[in-house]
Amino acid sequence: MAVTSMIGARIQRREDPKLITGHGNFIDDVSLVNMAHMSVVRSPHAHARIRSIDTSRALASKGVVAVLTAADFKGVILGPLPVTNSFVADKKQVPEQFPIAAEEAVYAGEPVAVVIADDRYLADDAAQLVSVDYEPLPAVMDLEKAMEPGSPLVKSDRPDNIGWDAAFPAGDIDAAFAEADFVLKERIGQQRVFPTAMETRGCVADYVPYDNRCTLWTSTQVPHFIRLFVGGALGVPESQFRVVSHDVGGGFGAKLRPYPEEYLATAASKITERPVKWIEDRTESLQATTHGRGQIFDVEVAAKRDGTLLGLKFTQLLDIGAYHGVFSAFQVVACLLGGGCYEWKAINARSIGIFTNRMSTDPYRGAGRPEATHLVERVVDLVAREIGMDPAEVRRKNFITAFPHTNNFGLVYDSGEYEKSLDRAMANIDYPALRKRQEELRAQGRYTGIGFSTYVEICGLGPSSATAPAAGIALVESSMVRVHPAGSVTVSVGTHAHGQSHETTFAQIVADTLGVPYDSVEIRHGDTGDTPFGYGTYGSRSLAVGGMAIMASCHKVVEKAKKLAAHAFEASEEDIVVDHGRYFVRGNPGEAKALAELAFASYGAGLPEGMEHGLEAVSYFDPPNFVWPFGCHICAVEVDPETGAVSIDRYVAVDDCGNVINPMVVDGQLHGGIAQGISQALFEEVQYDDATGQMLTGTMLDYLIPTMAEMPHFELDRTVTPSPTNELGVKGIGEAGTIASSIAVINAITDALAPFGIKHVEMPARPDRLWSMIKEARA
Amino acid sequence: MFPAAFDYTAPGALDEVLSLLSQHGDDAKVLAGGQSLIPLLKLRFAAPVILVDIGRVDGLEGIRRENGHVRIGARTRHRDVESATELRGTLDVLLDAAPLISDPLIRNMGTVGGSICHADPAGDWGAVMLAVGAEFVVKSASGERVLPAAGFFEGPFTTGLRSDEVMTEIRIPVGSGRSGGTYLKLERKVGDFASVATAVHVVLGGDGRIAAAGIGLCAVGAHSIKATAAEAALVGQAPSDELIAEAARLAGDAAEPKADIRGSAEYKRDVARVFVQRGLHTAINRAQGATA
Repeated sequence: MAVTSMIGARIQRREDPKLITGHGNFIDDVSLVNMAHMSVVRSPHAHARIRSIDTSRALASKGVVAVLTAADFKGVILGPLPVTNSFVADKKQVPEQFPIAAEEAVYAGEPVAVVIADDRYLADDAAQLVSVDYEPLPAVMDLEKAMEPGSPLVKSDRPDNIGWDAAFPAGDIDAAFAEADFVLKERIGQQRVFPTAMETRGCVADYVPYDNRCTLWTSTQVPHFIRLFVGGALGVPESQFRVVSHDVGGGFGAKLRPYPEEYLATAASKITERPVKWIEDRTESLQATTHGRGQIFDVEVAAKRDGTLLGLKFTQLLDIGAYHGVFSAFQVVACLLGGGCYEWKAINARSIGIFTNRMSTDPYRGAGRPEATHLVERVVDLVAREIGMDPAEVRRKNFITAFPHTNNFGLVYDSGEYEKSLDRAMANIDYPALRKRQEELRAQGRYTGIGFSTYVEICGLGPSSATAPAAGIALVESSMVRVHPAGSVTVSVGTHAHGQSHETTFAQIVADTLGVPYDSVEIRHGDTGDTPFGYGTYGSRSLAVGGMAIMASCHKVVEKAKKLAAHAFEASEEDIVVDHGRYFVRGNPGEAKALAELAFASYGAGLPEGMEHGLEAVSYFDPPNFVWPFGCHICAVEVDPETGAVSIDRYVAVDDCGNVINPMVVDGQLHGGIAQGISQALFEEVQYDDATGQMLTGTMLDYLIPTMAEMPHFELDRTVTPSPTNELGVKGIGEAGTIASSIAVINAITDALAPFGIKHVEMPARPDRLWSMIKEARA
Repeated sequence: MFPAAFDYTAPGALDEVLSLLSQHGDDAKVLAGGQSLIPLLKLRFAAPVILVDIGRVDGLEGIRRENGHVRIGARTRHRDVESATELRGTLDVLLDAAPLISDPLIRNMGTVGGSICHADPAGDWGAVMLAVGAEFVVKSASGERVLPAAGFFEGPFTTGLRSDEVMTEIRIPVGSGRSGGTYLKLERKVGDFASVATAVHVVLGGDGRIAAAGIGLCAVGAHSIKATAAEAALVGQAPSDELIAEAARLAGDAAEPKADIRGSAEYKRDVARVFVQRGLHTAINRAQGATA
């Protein structure tokens, strides 16, 4: 008998027993006979001409199979890395990036040679013996200087350092500003951060020469994407190229593109006729896995003294790095969402993408929405401070209240109840008591602060009508549902998982929709050899798009099962009732057939006239709109004015992601997401030396990843406003925590330092930074 | 993250260790808890020819009180100091410092002597040992030396220990007066090296005046620093807010920090001052509450 109502059940992840007992299958667990190992020789310079490379000593080193440079890969890797057109279809400059530098290295960490050896120790030994003659060139590191005419160039064959310059005007901005009682200006930064996955990248390539066939095991969010591009560049048709990604230990957006090393390992396997393994070490990871954020916003807000928001002007300066990330321009979405959950008469945004001699930036958990939220929530607090109004009330006064709501840029927010989540969060933290306590502590010379973040975000990427024109790809999703003769169910999907619990939550959906036991449903993903084409997992899309593709296949299976039941009962299909996986003739529930029985029949003899055998379906789902989660986070902090150290006293979150499939999984996503946002607010920053372009944060000793000890207790709560966009009524929750949290912390710190007259604090709010600000304010 | 090749040996007796060290000199490196050495090997910052693991040598662990000293075996783990609650009231600063060393995984493996000999300027034990006036017993094939903590730390990762010597014991004198101490550390996150840390240890005489004071500074110079001027200013004086503020100012002046990703020199110096001030208040309060 099927367990009913799995959707919404707080059940434990079926992934966990395997993972927590060490039985996961990560990339370094893949081992093949005769496998060689790759070590990558990387440029130590941010910018240098490569005069020559001497590989002779490395070649003579113990256990070395091959030492390969750009010249060796020419003719094997046939094309450059891909770049999508997200939001900026008319990019100014799209320089081609090849997986290995030939004449000019343009970021510290760029591959210049690879060593293939019998084991990784020997490969690393030999890598130290590869002698590269570099001529250092000026490193372009400062965004504004890079834009100036006559600036040194990131790469010598480019006309300038501008990747794009795009305007996003919406409404009569001059009229909105003319109406204002006051205008405030601020510069708001988004430091570069590293999407730190517990499992670094890595791959194993096995090219079989006699039939031009290749299998590539890789740690990725997008196996089908990798197959399309790496296979294409290597001249192996998709039918012959299989990408396998088993368990993935985190991605956060940094594993949603094909990387140079995947091309290099595959090509090296082709050249050496051996399987080739490459595992990224942590220092390589910090240097050569894409970074997130890296932006500056110059913003002006026009408002009235009664708290009414009127107009918003801002320019996003985005540090592209040396080459476009595959999806780097996606982060321009910050411009379209800069208005947040508020009514504006007009918004005028501009995005300038600027090349620098750094690693590329690409989406990182939230990708554009944390930036937009940080911007608008900072601006609202500036307005509140200016007019002496409670920040909660400025928000309340300007909330969008009617749905669906078309924002200034034409995006349609599907559903929302912003005031409700604000009220709930304020009640949960006991806001009046907290303010009273703040007043008492200030009298004692203690500095506490309260910070709000009321956010709305776009996810469920996305409708082909929007994504195809914006990004050049239609972000639909796929599923294949197959009911086997004895009733167990295999579901193959085009999405993948790198911690999202799809094996659990997708099975919950299928169990309810087909009316079969949860344990009888197996979810398969990550292997292009047995899954339908899909675009992978990012942008909180897997449930709202991928989950709906599963629903579509389940519906087809149920339709066919009804026909089988009608045939078995010699009844009309219209008279068949389906109740929790039991099929019976209306009025006669006692004589029912389970789906397993109908599945068995579907593979047997005596099918209805014209019916094919089997019980399975394939579906592709193209959503009608994006989905729009929202919520309110409130953070309470205390700052030690003598050391600048920040402690988080409370963290309350009320999130609304529509209907919930598994509350435990949603809570887990929020925990991780909030932690990453807090971490950006307080700790993380990828730092390069401004003059030389050397990375200063090349190990985990320097780059700060917080631990449980730095995190407050998360007080989670939710409201449920179902999405009208899809049948499940779901939105997304993978990124919401990160989108909301950094600004809740920063607004709280700014509030704590209000007695010093401090109005704005940049991230990360390091103790030394706050100490300097307090010292300056006191002087 | 993959070390260069090296030989490895784990002798069962100290004599064998000493003989290997005299044989290999600078090519050998002693492996104790490995919490600093192994990362250096993985980053290829260190590439010794041979690692001499002292993990199998008997008699290098444990904390005991003997002849007016607390004696700590050099291979004693940080974790064992953390749980040596019998030191409370005598050597508060050790008990306060131990749980602030990195994270539990490292405290379970890392050793007190290993940390002292590694002499990272941001290592916690250096400042503590300077504050409590410890002595280090070191042995070589040619004999034994006892080196005072003051003067032991010569520069970043550089000490008075010769390459043929191994530290066997830390001796901390404990007198009869009422004592108190504490360790304060500003770290960016748990497990990070100190941005600034300060160790404070005071002994009160029967008259309530400060009979002895030790102040060690961590991560604000090329090596752990003993704030001698601040110590001298305290000795013989009756405790007061003004005295503490003045000693803290002198301690801040003794710091020689450099700007880095953890903050400016000015910032670190001022945090050292603030922490010595807070630390002295705590230490003196504890000593006043203690029984001799």
